[in-house]
Amino acid sequence: MAETVKKIRLATVWLGGCSGCHMSLLDLDEALIDLLTRADLVYGPLVDAKKYPEDVDICLVEGAVTNVENLELARHIRTNTRTVISFGDCAVTGNVTSMRNRIPVSDLLNAVYHEVSAPIGPEALKVLPALLKKVIPLHQAIKVDLFLPGCPPHPERIAAVLQALVNGDDVDLPADMRTFG
Amino acid sequence: MSVITLTINGELVSARSGQSLLEAIRDQGISLPTLCYLDGLSTRGGCRLCLVEISGQARLQPACTTTAGEGMVVVTHNDKINRYRKMILELTFAERNHTCAVCVSNEHCELQTLAAELGMDHVRYDYLNPQLGIDISHEKYGVDHNRCILCLRCVRVCDEVEGAHTWDVRHRGIASRVITDLNRPWGESESCTECGKCVEVCPTGALFDKGMSVGEMKKKTNFLRRILDGREKNQWNR
Repeated sequence: MAETVKKIRLATVWLGGCSGCHMSLLDLDEALIDLLTRADLVYGPLVDAKKYPEDVDICLVEGAVTNVENLELARHIRTNTRTVISFGDCAVTGNVTSMRNRIPVSDLLNAVYHEVSAPIGPEALKVLPALLKKVIPLHQAIKVDLFLPGCPPHPERIAAVLQALVNGDDVDLPADMRTFG
Repeated sequence: MSVITLTINGELVSARSGQSLLEAIRDQGISLPTLCYLDGLSTRGGCRLCLVEISGQARLQPACTTTAGEGMVVVTHNDKINRYRKMILELTFAERNHTCAVCVSNEHCELQTLAAELGMDHVRYDYLNPQLGIDISHEKYGVDHNRCILCLRCVRVCDEVEGAHTWDVRHRGIASRVITDLNRPWGESESCTECGKCVEVCPTGALFDKGMSVGEMKKKTNFLRRILDGREKNQWNR
Protein backbone atom coordinates (compact mmCIF):
# COMPACT_ATOMS: atom_id res chain seq x y z
CA MET A 1 0.00 0.00 0.00
CA ALA A 2 1.38 3.39 -0.96
CA GLU A 3 2.30 5.53 1.98
CA THR A 4 0.34 8.75 2.10
CA VAL A 5 2.63 11.70 2.66
CA LYS A 6 1.07 14.65 4.44
CA LYS A 7 1.04 17.63 2.11
CA ILE A 8 2.77 20.85 3.15
CA ARG A 9 0.35 23.67 3.97
CA LEU A 10 1.66 26.67 2.00
CA ALA A 11 0.31 30.23 2.23
CA THR A 12 1.25 33.45 0.44
CA VAL A 13 0.46 36.95 1.65
CA TRP A 14 0.55 40.34 -0.08
CA LEU A 15 1.32 43.25 2.26
CA GLY A 16 2.80 46.59 1.12
CA GLY A 17 4.22 45.51 -2.23
CA CYS A 18 3.40 45.68 -5.92
CA SER A 19 2.52 41.94 -6.33
CA GLY A 20 5.61 41.53 -8.51
CA CYS A 21 6.88 38.81 -6.16
CA HIS A 22 3.64 36.90 -6.66
CA MET A 23 4.03 37.32 -10.43
CA SER A 24 7.51 35.84 -10.09
CA LEU A 25 6.01 32.93 -8.13
CA LEU A 26 3.63 32.29 -11.02
CA ASP A 27 6.67 32.35 -13.32
CA LEU A 28 7.72 29.04 -11.77
CA ASP A 29 5.48 27.74 -14.58
CA GLU A 30 5.43 23.92 -14.74
CA ALA A 31 7.47 23.73 -11.53
CA LEU A 32 4.29 24.98 -9.83
CA ILE A 33 2.53 21.77 -10.78
CA ASP A 34 5.32 19.69 -9.22
CA LEU A 35 5.21 21.91 -6.15
CA LEU A 36 1.46 21.50 -5.76
CA THR A 37 1.77 17.72 -5.74
CA ARG A 38 3.71 18.19 -2.51
CA ALA A 39 1.96 21.25 -1.08
CA ASP A 40 -1.53 22.70 -0.73
CA LEU A 41 -1.93 26.42 -1.27
CA VAL A 42 -4.20 27.26 1.67
CA TYR A 43 -4.24 31.08 1.63
CA GLY A 44 -3.19 34.06 -0.48
CA PRO A 45 -4.19 36.37 -3.34
CA LEU A 46 -4.08 33.38 -5.71
CA VAL A 47 -6.69 31.31 -3.86
CA ASP A 48 -10.17 31.97 -2.53
CA ALA A 49 -9.74 31.81 1.23
CA LYS A 50 -11.17 34.58 3.40
CA LYS A 51 -9.34 33.91 6.62
CA TYR A 52 -5.70 33.06 7.27
CA PRO A 53 -5.97 29.44 8.46
CA GLU A 54 -4.36 27.76 11.44
CA ASP A 55 -1.44 25.35 11.29
CA VAL A 56 0.31 26.68 8.18
CA ASP A 57 3.72 25.15 7.44
CA ILE A 58 5.28 27.79 5.15
CA CYS A 59 4.19 31.34 4.42
CA LEU A 60 5.73 33.59 1.75
CA VAL A 61 5.12 37.17 2.83
CA GLU A 62 5.45 39.73 0.05
CA GLY A 63 5.64 43.42 0.88
CA ALA A 64 6.67 45.66 3.73
CA VAL A 65 4.54 46.44 6.78
CA THR A 66 3.02 49.79 5.91
CA ASN A 67 -0.35 50.06 7.74
CA VAL A 68 -2.14 48.73 10.83
CA GLU A 69 -3.87 46.01 8.84
CA ASN A 70 -0.50 44.68 7.60
CA LEU A 71 0.79 44.70 11.16
CA GLU A 72 -2.23 42.80 12.49
CA LEU A 73 -2.04 40.21 9.70
CA ALA A 74 1.72 39.79 10.17
CA ARG A 75 1.22 38.98 13.85
CA HIS A 76 -1.60 36.58 13.02
CA ILE A 77 0.64 34.86 10.44
CA ARG A 78 3.42 34.46 12.99
CA THR A 79 1.10 32.79 15.49
CA ASN A 80 -0.21 30.33 12.94
CA THR A 81 2.83 29.52 10.81
CA ARG A 82 5.91 27.37 11.34
CA THR A 83 8.22 28.97 8.72
CA VAL A 84 7.70 32.62 7.83
CA ILE A 85 9.66 33.82 4.78
CA SER A 86 10.32 37.48 3.93
CA PHE A 87 9.53 37.20 0.23
CA GLY A 88 11.24 39.87 -1.86
CA ASP A 89 13.00 43.15 -1.14
CA CYS A 90 10.00 45.06 0.25
CA ALA A 91 9.52 42.46 3.00
CA VAL A 92 13.29 42.13 3.53
CA THR A 93 14.40 45.79 3.41
CA GLY A 94 11.32 48.01 2.99
CA ASN A 95 12.59 48.74 -0.55
CA VAL A 96 10.49 51.04 -2.75
CA THR A 97 7.54 50.88 -0.33
CA SER A 98 9.66 52.52 2.36
CA MET A 99 10.72 55.43 0.16
CA ARG A 100 7.80 57.34 1.69
CA ASN A 101 9.50 57.22 5.09
CA ARG A 102 11.08 60.60 4.48
CA ILE A 103 7.66 62.23 4.09
CA PRO A 104 5.28 62.84 7.03
CA VAL A 105 2.13 60.70 6.76
CA SER A 106 -0.18 63.75 6.82
CA ASP A 107 1.64 65.27 3.82
CA LEU A 108 1.35 61.99 1.94
CA LEU A 109 -2.38 61.66 2.53
CA ASN A 110 -2.94 65.30 1.59
CA ALA A 111 -1.01 64.88 -1.64
CA VAL A 112 -2.88 61.73 -2.67
CA TYR A 113 -6.45 62.27 -1.40
CA HIS A 114 -6.96 66.04 -1.03
CA GLU A 115 -4.76 68.09 -3.33
CA VAL A 116 -5.32 66.27 -6.60
CA SER A 117 -8.51 65.02 -8.17
CA ALA A 118 -8.23 61.29 -7.58
CA PRO A 119 -10.95 58.71 -8.36
CA ILE A 120 -11.17 58.11 -4.62
CA GLY A 121 -11.16 61.30 -2.56
CA PRO A 122 -10.97 62.18 1.14
CA GLU A 123 -13.86 59.80 1.95
CA ALA A 124 -11.42 56.91 1.42
CA LEU A 125 -9.50 57.88 4.51
CA LYS A 126 -12.47 56.84 6.66
CA VAL A 127 -12.29 53.22 5.47
CA LEU A 128 -8.63 52.69 4.58
CA PRO A 129 -6.42 51.22 7.30
CA ALA A 130 -4.29 53.87 9.02
CA LEU A 131 -0.72 54.15 7.71
CA LEU A 132 2.12 53.50 10.09
CA LYS A 133 4.39 56.48 10.67
CA LYS A 134 7.16 54.54 8.97
CA VAL A 135 7.15 51.54 6.66
CA ILE A 136 9.11 48.70 8.29
CA PRO A 137 10.57 45.48 6.93
CA LEU A 138 8.73 42.36 8.08
CA HIS A 139 11.42 41.26 10.56
CA GLN A 140 10.91 44.49 12.52
CA ALA A 141 7.27 43.51 13.07
CA ILE A 142 7.57 39.74 13.66
CA LYS A 143 10.27 37.08 13.85
CA VAL A 144 11.21 35.94 10.36
CA ASP A 145 12.76 32.54 9.66
CA LEU A 146 14.11 33.04 6.15
CA PHE A 147 14.97 35.89 3.81
CA LEU A 148 14.40 35.57 0.08
CA PRO A 149 15.64 38.81 -1.51
CA GLY A 150 15.16 40.22 -4.99
CA CYS A 151 12.91 42.74 -6.69
CA PRO A 152 11.25 40.51 -7.57
CA PRO A 153 13.08 37.33 -6.50
CA HIS A 154 13.89 35.34 -9.65
CA PRO A 155 11.71 32.20 -10.01
CA GLU A 156 14.91 30.12 -9.69
CA ARG A 157 15.44 31.50 -6.18
CA ILE A 158 11.84 30.82 -5.19
CA ALA A 159 12.03 27.28 -6.55
CA ALA A 160 15.32 26.60 -4.75
CA VAL A 161 13.92 27.78 -1.41
CA LEU A 162 10.56 26.01 -1.69
CA GLN A 163 12.11 22.77 -2.94
CA ALA A 164 14.55 22.68 -0.03
CA LEU A 165 11.79 23.38 2.50
CA VAL A 166 9.37 20.86 1.02
CA ASN A 167 12.14 18.22 1.10
CA GLY A 168 12.95 19.14 4.69
CA ASP A 169 16.47 20.31 3.72
CA ASP A 170 18.37 23.38 4.92
CA VAL A 171 18.04 26.39 2.64
CA ASP A 172 21.50 27.35 1.39
CA LEU A 173 21.34 29.71 -1.58
CA PRO A 174 24.59 30.58 -3.40
CA ALA A 175 25.75 34.23 -3.16
CA ASP A 176 24.44 35.21 -6.61
CA MET A 177 20.95 34.13 -5.55
CA ARG A 178 21.05 36.23 -2.38
CA THR A 179 21.43 39.71 -3.87
CA PHE A 180 19.02 42.56 -3.23
CA GLY A 181 17.54 44.37 -6.21
CA MET B 1 63.83 43.28 -2.38
CA SER B 2 63.84 41.82 1.11
CA VAL B 3 61.37 39.18 2.09
CA ILE B 4 59.61 38.78 5.42
CA THR B 5 57.83 35.79 6.91
CA LEU B 6 54.52 35.86 8.71
CA THR B 7 51.70 33.50 9.66
CA ILE B 8 48.30 33.93 8.01
CA ASN B 9 45.49 31.65 9.17
CA GLY B 10 48.00 29.18 10.58
CA GLU B 11 50.11 28.99 7.40
CA LEU B 12 53.66 30.27 7.30
CA VAL B 13 53.90 32.57 4.27
CA SER B 14 56.34 35.09 2.85
CA ALA B 15 55.66 38.67 1.77
CA ARG B 16 57.65 41.56 0.39
CA SER B 17 59.04 43.90 2.99
CA GLY B 18 56.95 47.08 3.12
CA GLN B 19 53.90 45.40 1.61
CA SER B 20 50.55 46.09 3.23
CA LEU B 21 48.92 43.29 5.15
CA LEU B 22 45.99 43.40 2.74
CA GLU B 23 48.24 42.78 -0.26
CA ALA B 24 50.12 40.04 1.57
CA ILE B 25 46.83 38.32 2.46
CA ARG B 26 45.40 38.62 -1.04
CA ASP B 27 48.66 37.34 -2.54
CA GLN B 28 47.88 34.09 -0.73
CA GLY B 29 44.61 33.81 -2.64
CA ILE B 30 42.56 34.64 0.45
CA SER B 31 39.60 36.85 -0.33
CA LEU B 32 39.31 39.78 2.04
CA PRO B 33 36.38 42.17 1.55
CA THR B 34 37.04 45.89 1.00
CA LEU B 35 35.02 48.89 -0.12
CA CYS B 36 37.21 51.97 0.41
CA TYR B 37 40.41 50.29 -0.81
CA LEU B 38 41.28 50.58 -4.49
CA ASP B 39 44.57 49.52 -6.07
CA GLY B 40 46.33 52.72 -7.15
CA LEU B 41 44.89 55.01 -4.48
CA SER B 42 46.23 55.79 -1.01
CA THR B 43 44.79 53.66 1.78
CA ARG B 44 42.59 55.11 4.51
CA GLY B 45 41.10 52.22 6.54
CA GLY B 46 37.69 53.82 6.29
CA CYS B 47 35.25 51.02 5.54
CA ARG B 48 36.72 48.66 8.18
CA LEU B 49 35.74 45.56 6.19
CA CYS B 50 39.34 44.29 5.95
CA LEU B 51 39.70 44.16 9.74
CA VAL B 52 41.92 41.25 10.82
CA GLU B 53 43.12 39.82 14.10
CA ILE B 54 46.83 40.27 14.83
CA SER B 55 48.30 38.35 17.76
CA GLY B 56 49.39 40.60 20.59
CA GLN B 57 47.07 43.44 19.56
CA ALA B 58 43.90 43.90 21.56
CA ARG B 59 41.93 45.44 18.70
CA LEU B 60 41.19 44.29 15.19
CA GLN B 61 43.28 46.21 12.63
CA PRO B 62 42.42 47.21 9.06
CA ALA B 63 44.72 45.16 6.83
CA CYS B 64 44.91 47.89 4.16
CA THR B 65 46.65 50.45 6.41
CA THR B 66 48.78 47.95 8.35
CA THR B 67 52.23 47.08 7.05
CA ALA B 68 52.97 43.36 7.01
CA GLY B 69 55.59 42.68 9.66
CA GLU B 70 58.14 39.97 10.28
CA GLY B 71 56.70 37.26 12.53
CA MET B 72 53.16 38.65 12.54
CA VAL B 73 50.46 36.10 13.33
CA VAL B 74 47.27 37.06 11.50
CA VAL B 75 43.75 35.63 11.36
CA THR B 76 41.58 36.90 8.50
CA HIS B 77 38.31 35.07 9.18
CA ASN B 78 36.67 33.78 12.35
CA ASP B 79 33.22 34.05 13.91
CA LYS B 80 33.93 37.39 15.56
CA ILE B 81 35.42 39.05 12.45
CA ASN B 82 32.69 37.65 10.20
CA ARG B 83 30.07 38.99 12.60
CA TYR B 84 31.69 42.45 12.63
CA ARG B 85 31.88 42.56 8.83
CA LYS B 86 28.19 41.78 8.59
CA MET B 87 27.38 44.47 11.14
CA ILE B 88 29.43 47.02 9.20
CA LEU B 89 27.44 46.26 6.05
CA GLU B 90 24.14 46.41 7.94
CA LEU B 91 25.04 49.81 9.38
CA THR B 92 26.07 51.01 5.92
CA PHE B 93 22.71 49.99 4.48
CA ALA B 94 20.82 51.52 7.42
CA GLU B 95 22.64 54.84 7.25
CA ARG B 96 21.44 56.01 3.82
CA ASN B 97 18.77 55.07 1.30
CA HIS B 98 20.22 52.20 -0.72
CA THR B 99 17.22 50.97 -2.63
CA CYS B 100 19.00 48.48 -4.91
CA ALA B 101 15.94 47.80 -7.06
CA VAL B 102 15.84 51.38 -8.37
CA CYS B 103 19.59 52.11 -8.51
CA VAL B 104 21.60 52.90 -11.65
CA SER B 105 24.23 50.44 -10.43
CA ASN B 106 21.84 47.58 -9.64
CA GLU B 107 23.67 44.30 -10.29
CA HIS B 108 26.97 46.16 -10.82
CA CYS B 109 27.46 47.44 -7.28
CA GLU B 110 30.28 46.48 -4.95
CA LEU B 111 28.14 47.03 -1.84
CA GLN B 112 25.29 44.90 -3.18
CA THR B 113 27.70 42.10 -4.18
CA LEU B 114 29.51 42.13 -0.83
CA ALA B 115 26.24 41.95 1.12
CA ALA B 116 25.32 38.78 -0.76
CA GLU B 117 28.81 37.30 -0.49
CA LEU B 118 29.07 37.90 3.25
CA GLY B 119 25.57 36.57 3.89
CA MET B 120 24.10 39.87 5.05
CA ASP B 121 20.52 38.87 4.26
CA HIS B 122 18.72 41.53 6.30
CA VAL B 123 19.44 44.65 8.36
CA ARG B 124 18.78 44.35 12.09
CA TYR B 125 19.07 48.09 12.74
CA ASP B 126 16.45 50.75 12.16
CA TYR B 127 16.81 52.39 8.77
CA LEU B 128 17.54 56.08 9.27
CA ASN B 129 15.87 57.15 6.00
CA PRO B 130 17.77 60.46 5.89
CA GLN B 131 16.59 63.28 3.67
CA LEU B 132 19.42 63.54 1.13
CA GLY B 133 19.77 65.31 -2.16
CA ILE B 134 20.89 64.52 -5.67
CA ASP B 135 23.07 66.99 -7.55
CA ILE B 136 22.65 66.75 -11.32
CA SER B 137 23.85 70.26 -12.10
CA HIS B 138 26.88 68.88 -13.95
CA GLU B 139 26.46 68.42 -17.68
CA LYS B 140 27.84 64.88 -17.77
CA TYR B 141 27.61 63.41 -14.28
CA GLY B 142 25.41 63.23 -11.20
CA VAL B 143 25.90 62.54 -7.50
CA ASP B 144 23.23 60.77 -5.45
CA HIS B 145 24.04 61.13 -1.75
CA ASN B 146 21.44 58.50 -0.90
CA ARG B 147 23.83 55.86 -2.20
CA CYS B 148 27.16 57.29 -1.01
CA ILE B 149 29.02 55.10 1.50
CA LEU B 150 31.76 57.68 2.19
CA CYS B 151 34.53 55.42 0.90
CA LEU B 152 36.12 58.63 -0.44
CA ARG B 153 37.57 56.96 -3.52
CA CYS B 154 36.27 59.98 -5.48
CA VAL B 155 38.12 62.40 -3.20
CA ARG B 156 41.35 60.42 -3.46
CA VAL B 157 41.31 59.75 -7.21
CA CYS B 158 40.53 63.40 -7.94
CA ASP B 159 43.36 64.61 -5.72
CA GLU B 160 45.99 61.91 -6.21
CA VAL B 161 45.56 60.90 -9.84
CA GLU B 162 43.77 63.75 -11.62
CA GLY B 163 45.38 66.42 -9.44
CA ALA B 164 42.26 68.58 -9.36
CA HIS B 165 41.00 68.02 -5.79
CA THR B 166 37.47 69.00 -6.74
CA TRP B 167 36.00 66.54 -4.24
CA ASP B 168 36.22 66.87 -0.49
CA VAL B 169 34.13 66.17 2.60
CA ARG B 170 32.09 68.50 4.73
CA HIS B 171 30.80 67.87 8.26
CA ARG B 172 31.84 64.92 10.38
CA GLY B 173 30.68 61.44 11.31
CA ILE B 174 27.22 60.50 10.15
CA ALA B 175 26.61 64.05 8.85
CA SER B 176 29.55 63.79 6.41
CA ARG B 177 28.83 64.56 2.76
CA VAL B 178 31.10 64.53 -0.25
CA ILE B 179 31.19 68.00 -1.81
CA THR B 180 32.59 69.67 -4.91
CA ASP B 181 34.49 72.98 -4.78
CA LEU B 182 33.77 74.13 -1.22
CA ASN B 183 30.19 72.90 -1.45
CA ARG B 184 29.16 74.53 -4.72
CA PRO B 185 26.95 72.61 -7.15
CA TRP B 186 29.08 70.25 -9.25
CA GLY B 187 27.99 71.98 -12.45
CA GLU B 188 29.44 75.27 -11.18
CA SER B 189 32.78 73.75 -10.17
CA GLU B 190 35.77 75.57 -11.62
CA SER B 191 38.29 72.90 -10.64
CA CYS B 192 36.48 69.87 -12.12
CA THR B 193 38.17 68.74 -15.34
CA GLU B 194 35.22 66.50 -16.27
CA CYS B 195 37.60 63.54 -16.51
CA GLY B 196 35.07 61.16 -14.93
CA LYS B 197 37.61 59.22 -12.84
CA CYS B 198 35.51 59.72 -9.71
CA VAL B 199 32.49 58.18 -11.43
CA GLU B 200 34.42 55.09 -12.54
CA VAL B 201 35.95 54.38 -9.13
CA CYS B 202 32.73 54.88 -7.13
CA PRO B 203 31.75 51.43 -5.81
CA THR B 204 28.00 52.15 -5.72
CA GLY B 205 25.50 54.16 -7.73
CA ALA B 206 26.38 57.38 -5.86
CA LEU B 207 28.30 58.80 -8.83
CA PHE B 208 26.90 58.10 -12.27
CA ASP B 209 26.86 59.17 -15.89
CA LYS B 210 23.75 61.24 -16.57
CA GLY B 211 21.13 59.48 -18.66
CA MET B 212 21.72 56.10 -17.06
CA SER B 213 18.65 54.16 -16.00
CA VAL B 214 18.24 51.33 -13.46
CA GLY B 215 21.07 48.79 -13.70
CA GLU B 216 22.78 50.52 -16.63
CA MET B 217 25.73 52.08 -14.80
CA LYS B 218 28.69 49.74 -15.02
CA LYS B 219 31.92 50.99 -13.46
CA LYS B 220 35.40 50.10 -14.67
CA THR B 221 38.06 50.58 -12.02
CA ASN B 222 40.87 48.82 -13.90
CA PHE B 223 41.67 51.97 -15.94
CA LEU B 224 43.43 53.34 -12.87
CA ARG B 225 46.22 50.76 -12.86
CA ARG B 226 46.77 51.33 -16.59
CA ILE B 227 47.09 55.10 -16.15
CA LEU B 228 49.45 54.80 -13.18
CA ASP B 229 51.64 52.12 -14.80
CA GLY B 230 51.84 54.21 -17.98
CA ARG B 231 52.98 57.20 -15.97
CA GLU B 232 55.63 55.19 -14.22
CA LYS B 233 57.00 53.92 -17.53
CA ASN B 234 56.81 57.45 -18.98
CA GLN B 235 54.49 56.20 -21.71
CA TRP B 236 52.27 59.20 -21.12
CA ASN B 237 51.75 61.95 -18.65
CA ARG B 238 48.11 62.17 -17.72
